[in-house]
This record gives sequence, structure tokens and C-alpha cells, in this order.
Amino acid sequence: MTTAATLLATPSRPHRRRTTWWKTAVGLALTAVMLFPVYWMLNVSFTPGQDMRKSPPDLFPAHATLAGYRAVLDEQLPYLGTSLLIALGTVVLTVALAAPAGYALAKLRPRGGGVLSFVLLAAQMIPGIIMAMGFYAICLQLGLLQSVPGLIVADSTLAVPFAVLIFTAFMSGIPGELLQAARTDGAGPLRTFWSIVLPMSRNAVVTVSLFAFLWSWSDFVFASTLVNGGAHEPITLGIYHYIGNNNQEWNAIMATAVVASLPAAVILVLAQRYVAAGVTAGAVKD
Amino acid sequence: MNHTTKLSAPGPLRERGGVANAAPIRSRARKRRRPSSPQWAAWGFLAPVICYLVLFYAYPLYRNLDLSLRDYTVRSFVQGDAPFTGLANYRTVFEDPAFAPALAHTVVFTAVCLVFQFAIGLALAVFFNQNFRLSATLRALFLVPWLLPLIVSASTWSWMLNSDSGIVNAVLQAVGIGPVNWLTSPSWSLTSVIIANIWIGVPFNLVVLYSGLQSIPASLYEAAALDGANAWQRFWRITFPLLRPVSAITLLLGLVYTLKVFDIIWIMTKGGPAGSSTTFATWSYQLGFGNLLPAFGPGAAVGNLLVVAALVFGLVYVRVQRKQDAS
Repeated sequence: MTTAATLLATPSRPHRRRTTWWKTAVGLALTAVMLFPVYWMLNVSFTPGQDMRKSPPDLFPAHATLAGYRAVLDEQLPYLGTSLLIALGTVVLTVALAAPAGYALAKLRPRGGGVLSFVLLAAQMIPGIIMAMGFYAICLQLGLLQSVPGLIVADSTLAVPFAVLIFTAFMSGIPGELLQAARTDGAGPLRTFWSIVLPMSRNAVVTVSLFAFLWSWSDFVFASTLVNGGAHEPITLGIYHYIGNNNQEWNAIMATAVVASLPAAVILVLAQRYVAAGVTAGAVKD
Repeated sequence: MNHTTKLSAPGPLRERGGVANAAPIRSRARKRRRPSSPQWAAWGFLAPVICYLVLFYAYPLYRNLDLSLRDYTVRSFVQGDAPFTGLANYRTVFEDPAFAPALAHTVVFTAVCLVFQFAIGLALAVFFNQNFRLSATLRALFLVPWLLPLIVSASTWSWMLNSDSGIVNAVLQAVGIGPVNWLTSPSWSLTSVIIANIWIGVPFNLVVLYSGLQSIPASLYEAAALDGANAWQRFWRITFPLLRPVSAITLLLGLVYTLKVFDIIWIMTKGGPAGSSTTFATWSYQLGFGNLLPAFGPGAAVGNLLVVAALVFGLVYVRVQRKQDAS
């Protein structure tokens, strides 16, 4: 056990322990530089209003105030609720559409499957702003402007092609013997999918859900074209209106930004390996 | 299963690639002659996603094309009876004095972002590939900028780059450089959005290039070290050439992603001041939604130019990846 664990912990590269402390120091410094804007967001979110225009600005919130966060509670909760609803709706829609498609592409060898994979790849390259313009026309016709379902469908276009490709890649790894055995026992494709393939694809479902959630939570393009000024605006528009109103209460703006970043933080802490897997799966096949 | 092996066995051994390609096709053809229910099942599972693609990808694209070929006003946009005007919208766009600057900004924005994101990402990937204490944790933290909602990053950078109260100018002042009007001066606005976008793009490059580095066998480095190659030589002679396939993919994907960047620029500068940070993406939005009187037609035309550019590079990407898979 111990040897296996050590092997896993120290892959490939020759290891010289005596020289690594300064590398850790450099790594810490680089990370500090990279994350400085995040620190600054936190710092400003706690800065009292009268210190906001101080020159030079306080590097540390010495007189920290929660006024910014109080403003979030007072003004931004409906936006956050809408965002949560839309993000969850997007996750459900994305998984429901993509998982069966991934199964078919990976295991059922449909004629023309290659073309479909290509279309999905190309679909990811279409600029969101173009889709937004098309969706605006569609939603206008269907009366779905300013509505939650319209935005959920629009946001799902950010994730569905990616999700199908992830599911396909993942489900290709499920041993064919297993599905063969299920077929021998008399399970149809639907049963096989529901009782075997889907439970085995838990990791793919998690990865896809994470990204679908994050992308629709973060979406600004669709929100600003489809639901701007309506009754169901997500948090990204909440922040945007804050800035746009020439608001000088930057602690409230940054506090909202901190709250809007929470899902990303939670995901990074709880599901880091899924994130890294998702980033690379989109780009590099192994 | 048995007939598959029988079919592929007689193939001439020299053309291994050819046989490997032909065999599954032939065995599949054999399977197809049996009851075709698997095909029905396959398409049953695919049907929702195909309807979805047609309704929510193909149709918006078609609507966009249609918008760009007609003379739309707000009235005819709602009623749907705009007259067909052919390429008039495209001509309007090409003759617009804003066209050349927008093109130049798009090219500069994309190229500069790409070069810096890749170079910084590669340097960090090489650095983090050395497995020191905390390297995995720190590498994970580097993902933060990529995971944050763009509106969060953009508004944070806006405040950091604020002319009077921003931390960046405060630091510059401390070292004796006069205040820079990052977001309000036409000569700096493009630089500002480029800096913010590089910050957002580095993590993606880092993660992908790091995974590429992981697949280079350590024995190569050991052998080179034994032969007396220094770190610099090892990077240029081993890492760089072996990382070329992954680099190509990273750069092409980065190119496609950077071409469509909209949020950052729009939130930080709205493409201004005076169009000094307008790219095709923000211009398209500006035309379609940014004014009191929307110009849907020209907006869609600009957007379609962007789609064509993205798809061209997308095709290159697919070809490169196919070639890599084949080899």
C-alpha cells in the first residue's frame, strides 16, 4: 500500500528534495501574483465607502466593514435566486440531452455518427454573440424574451456540444463485454443505458454538470440580450447594472462579485480533479 | 466476434493501417445486414440532441444569415417582412469607417493575447512539472481566474485599472510613473482589455500544456542529462519538439476562443472610448443591441464574418487533431 501510494505521489520526474524549497517559494510568489486580482476583489469588498477613493488605497481592509455584503443581501438576492434556478435548469437539460447521445455515439455505432461528432465540435466554435442574436429573434417570435425557460435553453447551448463529446469519450471506455452480457440477459438498449451505462458514467455526469452549472451561472451574453430589463435577471446582470449605474459603492459591487464567485470556489475545492479533466478533455485526446 | 478476426486476417500485412481501417467497416457492414434494430436504437438516443441542434444551433445561424441579407428595422424585425437586399449589409459594413480599426483591433487583440497566454502558460507548465512541495495545490489555485464568471473578472480589473483610485496606478505612482488612463484613454484601452484577457486565458494554457508535458517520458530527460545537456538545451531539444502537437491544439483552440471574446471588452470599455477597443465581437453587438436604433442587418453581417473566421480555424483544428490521432 505504502509503495503504491508513494509511486502515485511522485510520478515520472527525478526528484531532488534538497532543491525543492526554493521552487515552492517561487511557486507561492507566482500564485500570489496571479491571484492578486482575486485578493483585491475581497479587499475592496470589505473597504468602507469613505476609504474607497483614498490614495494610495489600503492594501489591507484595516477598518473592514460588512456594508457591501449587507447591500448584497438587500438588493441582490432575487438575482442570485434566478441564477441558481437557471443554472440548475441548464444542468438538467444538458445532461438529459447529452448522456443518451453520448451513449449512442460511443456504443451503438450509428451511421453518420462521425459527421455528428464533427458538427458538435464545430458548434463549439460559433461565437456566443452570434447565437445570442439568433436567439433574440427566436425568443421574440415565441414570446420567450424575459423568461427563465428561454434563458435556460440559450445557456444550455454553451454546454451541450461539450457534454456530448465528454460523454462519448467516457462511455467509449465502458467494456463492451458488459453491455454484451446485458443484452444476453435480455436487456434492451434503453434498459442497458439506464441501469448500466448511466450509473457507470457518474464521473462524466459530475464533470458535465459542473461545467454546465458554471457556464450558465457565469453567462452574460445571453442574459444581456434575452432577459435584460425583465423580471428574471441573473446575478451577472445584477453586477452589470451596478457598474452601469455609475455606482460609486465599489464595496457593494465587489461583494456581489465575491458572492457570484462562490460556486467557482466551491467547485474548485470539492471537485478540482473533475475540472482539470474537463479542461483537458475538451482540448486533448489521450 | 469471430468473423471479425477472420475478415481482417487475409489482408496483406504490409498495409497495416489500411487493414486496421477496413476491418471494422467490413465487420460493421456484416452486422448491419442482421436486424437493423441497433440503428433504430442509436438514432432514437440521438434524436433529442439532433432536434436540439437543428432548433437551437442551425436555426439561430440561419436567422442570423437571414438578418444579414435583409433590410431590417425594428418594425419589420417583429413582423418579419423585411425586403431582401442581398449583400447590401455586408457592403455597408465594409465601407463603414469603423471597419478597418475593428479588424486591426481584432487581429492585435487575438495575436497578442494568444502569444502571451501561450508563453506564460508554457513557462508555468514547465515550472509546475517539477513536482515540488505544494505544486499540485498551487497549480489548482491557478485555475481560479478561468473559473470566475467573466463579469467578476472584468469588473475587478475595471476597478484595479481605475484612473484615480485603482491599485495599478497607485503602484505606478509609487515607482514614479505618472497615472495612466487605462480605460478612458483611447491609446490604452485596448492594452487594458488585453491584459485582463491574458490573465483569464493563462490557466487554460497551463492546464493543457501541463498535461502534454506529463506525457513526455522522464527517461528522455535523464538520458539527455547524462549526455551533459543543460536545462536550456533540454527544453529546446526535448520539451519543445515533443510538445508541438499539444501546442498546436492549444494555440488553435485559443485562437477560436479569443476571436469570440466579448464579455471582457464590453464590460470593461464597451469597445470605447471612441471605438479604440472595438473588435468584431463587440462591434456586432454594438450594432445589433448597443444603440437606441438597432441595426440588426449590419450587426448580423459582422457576426457572420466572425463565424466564418472561427469556422476556418476550427476546420484547421479538426484537421490537425485528425492527423495527430492517425499518427
